[in-house]
Amino acid sequence: MNETFALEVKNITKRFPGVLANDRVDFNLRKGEIHALLGENGAGKSTLMNVIYGLYTPDDGEIFINNQKVEIHNPHDAIHAGIGMVHQHFMLVPVFTVVENIILGSEITKRTYLDLNTASKKVKQLSHDYGLVVDPDAVVEDLPVGIQQRVEIVKALFRDAKILVLDEPTAVLTPQEVEDLFVVMRNLTERGVSIVFITHKLKEVLEIADRITVMRRGKVVGTTTPSETSEAKLAEMMVGREVLLQVEKAPAIPGDVVIKVSDLVIKDERDLVVVKDVSFDIRAGEILGVAGVQGNGQTELVETLTGLRQAESGTITINGTIMPFQNPRVMIEAGIAHIPEDRMKHGLVLPYSVADNLVLCTYYRPPFARGIERNIRSVYDNSERLIEQFDIRTPSPLVSAGTLSGGNQQKVIVARELSRENHLLIANQPTRGLDVGSIEYIHKRLIEMRDSGIAVLLVSAELDEIKSLADRIIVMYQGNIVATVDADKISRSELGLLMAGSQVANIPSLN
Amino acid sequence: MTSEQSSKSSSRNGSNHLLKRVWYSTSVPVFAVLLALLIGAIILLVSGADPLQAYAALIKGSFGNTEALSRTLQKTTPLIFSGLAVAFAFKAGLFNIGAQGQLLFGAIVAAVLGFGIHGLPAVLHASLALLGGAFAGALFGAIPGALKTYTGAHEVITTIMLNYIAINITDYLADGPWKDMTPGNIVARTPKILDTARIPSVAGLPLGFLIALIFSVVTWWLLRKTTIGFEIRTVGLNPNAAKYAGIKVAKTIILTMVLSGLLAGIGGAIETQGVVGRYQPGFNTGLGFDGITIALLGKTNPIGVIPAALIVGAMKAGSSQMQFSAGVAKEITDVIQALILFFVAADMIVRWLLRIRAAEEEKVTLSTGWGQQ
Ligand SMILES: Nc1ncnc2c1ncn2[C@@H]1O[C@H](COP(=O)(O)OP(=O)(O)OP(=O)(O)O)[C@@H](O)[C@H]1O
Ligand SMILES: [Mg+2]
Repeated sequence: MNETFALEVKNITKRFPGVLANDRVDFNLRKGEIHALLGENGAGKSTLMNVIYGLYTPDDGEIFINNQKVEIHNPHDAIHAGIGMVHQHFMLVPVFTVVENIILGSEITKRTYLDLNTASKKVKQLSHDYGLVVDPDAVVEDLPVGIQQRVEIVKALFRDAKILVLDEPTAVLTPQEVEDLFVVMRNLTERGVSIVFITHKLKEVLEIADRITVMRRGKVVGTTTPSETSEAKLAEMMVGREVLLQVEKAPAIPGDVVIKVSDLVIKDERDLVVVKDVSFDIRAGEILGVAGVQGNGQTELVETLTGLRQAESGTITINGTIMPFQNPRVMIEAGIAHIPEDRMKHGLVLPYSVADNLVLCTYYRPPFARGIERNIRSVYDNSERLIEQFDIRTPSPLVSAGTLSGGNQQKVIVARELSRENHLLIANQPTRGLDVGSIEYIHKRLIEMRDSGIAVLLVSAELDEIKSLADRIIVMYQGNIVATVDADKISRSELGLLMAGSQVANIPSLN
Repeated sequence: MTSEQSSKSSSRNGSNHLLKRVWYSTSVPVFAVLLALLIGAIILLVSGADPLQAYAALIKGSFGNTEALSRTLQKTTPLIFSGLAVAFAFKAGLFNIGAQGQLLFGAIVAAVLGFGIHGLPAVLHASLALLGGAFAGALFGAIPGALKTYTGAHEVITTIMLNYIAINITDYLADGPWKDMTPGNIVARTPKILDTARIPSVAGLPLGFLIALIFSVVTWWLLRKTTIGFEIRTVGLNPNAAKYAGIKVAKTIILTMVLSGLLAGIGGAIETQGVVGRYQPGFNTGLGFDGITIALLGKTNPIGVIPAALIVGAMKAGSSQMQFSAGVAKEITDVIQALILFFVAADMIVRWLLRIRAAEEEKVTLSTGWGQQ
């Protein structure tokens, strides 16, 4: 049988200095299917998609659309061939409106003036057809990430994409937004669009994919379907060994209070109070989880605790000392480690080498510096050690962090923060974008840190992560702590209710 | 991948990488210069001159004999400093257009200390004048730094305006309180500095040029090998990450502008102490602005600034000879210099013209500069 594939690639090879990112990859996409692409961090998924989208020139291989060979040298060719791509890091202009963003890049070739009205109508039509609700006149920076992602999808459809590549679209979405996205994806496939869906979340794959292809170290390991496989099998295919999907931990043995937060009031950039009179403490040897839908003050709370943001009032006490606001260095010196939520914004200096990024917070201390002179040798040795320990996939410690795969960039940050001497770890979405094997490892390390007497504040959008790691959980809703509960006394669904604004009084098990 | 594997693969690719890197960072400047010379030649041809003859005279006038060479090195010296000043500020993400003003203050303060203080031994006097010039430049550089951190005023705007302020203040000083009162003098200029304040040439080699080389290396070392340099570069590349890392962004910006101004100030002082011998308005014009071309041509690398300054310095030194023996107006060197600036700034044009693909491979930067090991 000679099936017609919406997209087929044969024998794609792509080499980077020191890395074989794609090694004779074959991959195909049926019409109207959702094809999940899985693989550990650095397996070559994004590279393959970037090749298909014309961002990288492959060293070898061919691309076929509807069984016709095509030459794709740049994104323009790809768009012309009906391919649309939503990158993990959105490429929208924040100050432009939705329509302006959507027509950006396509306007020049067709018209000499911007016909915003026609464009706006077409956007509305697309929104209607596919259930992608967006307000064409909204300014992008005011929109939540879930909606911004929708704008990216509409943008691709606006250019008549028949093939849609979604690179880790769910990494930054709330569970509700993920559900909405899945509805949209099903709508799209019903109308003949074919989708490549990259994710690290096995549950999602099993829920939505028609077929699943797994990559490891640049090669395709195999293709399967949700009915033939399971989470455990997929994990093993990806990593090449069995992965513990459940965290194992002993009960916590809390010690003295490490951090005490009293009556903290915090405003955001727009001068709105986003954290209202929040108080809590964390003891040595326990993990406090912060649950909450994104945008309920967690980001601002973490930024304040780590010295990045000023509070209106309240105090932060660490090991008995009241800390100043807005002084990250003092916080670092006091032994606070911080895995930031946004790795591009705060966590990394992308043009710096991996080695330099691994000492970003400790570059000025021995052994990394003597006086003002940096000790390059020990910076290098440190990086070799951490790269091995945390299995960071990089050809060398000297390549810039910007060339690493998304998940490996995250591992650089985690390695840096976990390896440094500390009393308190503040981890905001620590495993975002990581593969199952790495998540297993990081979870194990977090528990080890707890057991060695470190206090941990864990903020995560992953309910499962909070549930399985935290000893106690605080739930934030609209800037307030609406509940403080023991992790083993509450179910996942009850937690969900609290996050959505339910009162503690309405949760039977807590009364 | 284990670390053993990774180090093996990196050393296997090491020398290949290094070559690629050198090619990647020098190809655009080299082609920019060649392209500028080519277009310059076309202009010469169109205007009826013989480009080969003109360029031969230019080279002869700048490198033809020890005297010419010495003149080239003299012209190059302040250019290295202004190039360093601009390049250094660039590393913190700052565009210091004010090197000119900072340089003028360095020049005039060195002159005042040079003619105003008597009875010091030579080395001490010259050093004192140099330090004074450096300090004046630093102080004048601090202003836009402070304005930026405390009021948010953009340094491009403030440094442009401060240049005018510098020009007018130094003009006034040279025509007023610090004017040369020798009978018969009517021009605005300071008195001659004492011999003890001069930075001499030794066997045709201007000492100022040596100082410039030393400062290039020191600047490179500061940026690449010290925690201060790490802070400056981090602020330049990602201010949010810098803040996260506990780096005081405001302090770093001010410090960078102070050091940038200091470099420009030394350039002005050496020009006074090594070449002009006094401060005279108009004698230093353009040196600070040339720094922008030189910094870009040198890829904002303190070592790269040296050959870049040498090219511009040689054109300045050889242009009279060219005018003299090839009958070509001196200004053609200004045109060539402007073309160089155009081509290095318009990196993309050169890449396109020469089909240098900014391939994704080449984005592998060894930002710490210790790829050699
Ligand atoms: N521009 C680049 N320059 C050099 N190396 C690169 C570049 N892009 C990717 N690589 C390397 O290619 C390999 C594959 O990276 P890729 O981004 O495709 O991984 P991925 O499967 O998408 O991983 P992740 O799940 O972490 O996003 C990695 O080892 C990475 O270091
Ligand atoms: Mg990726």
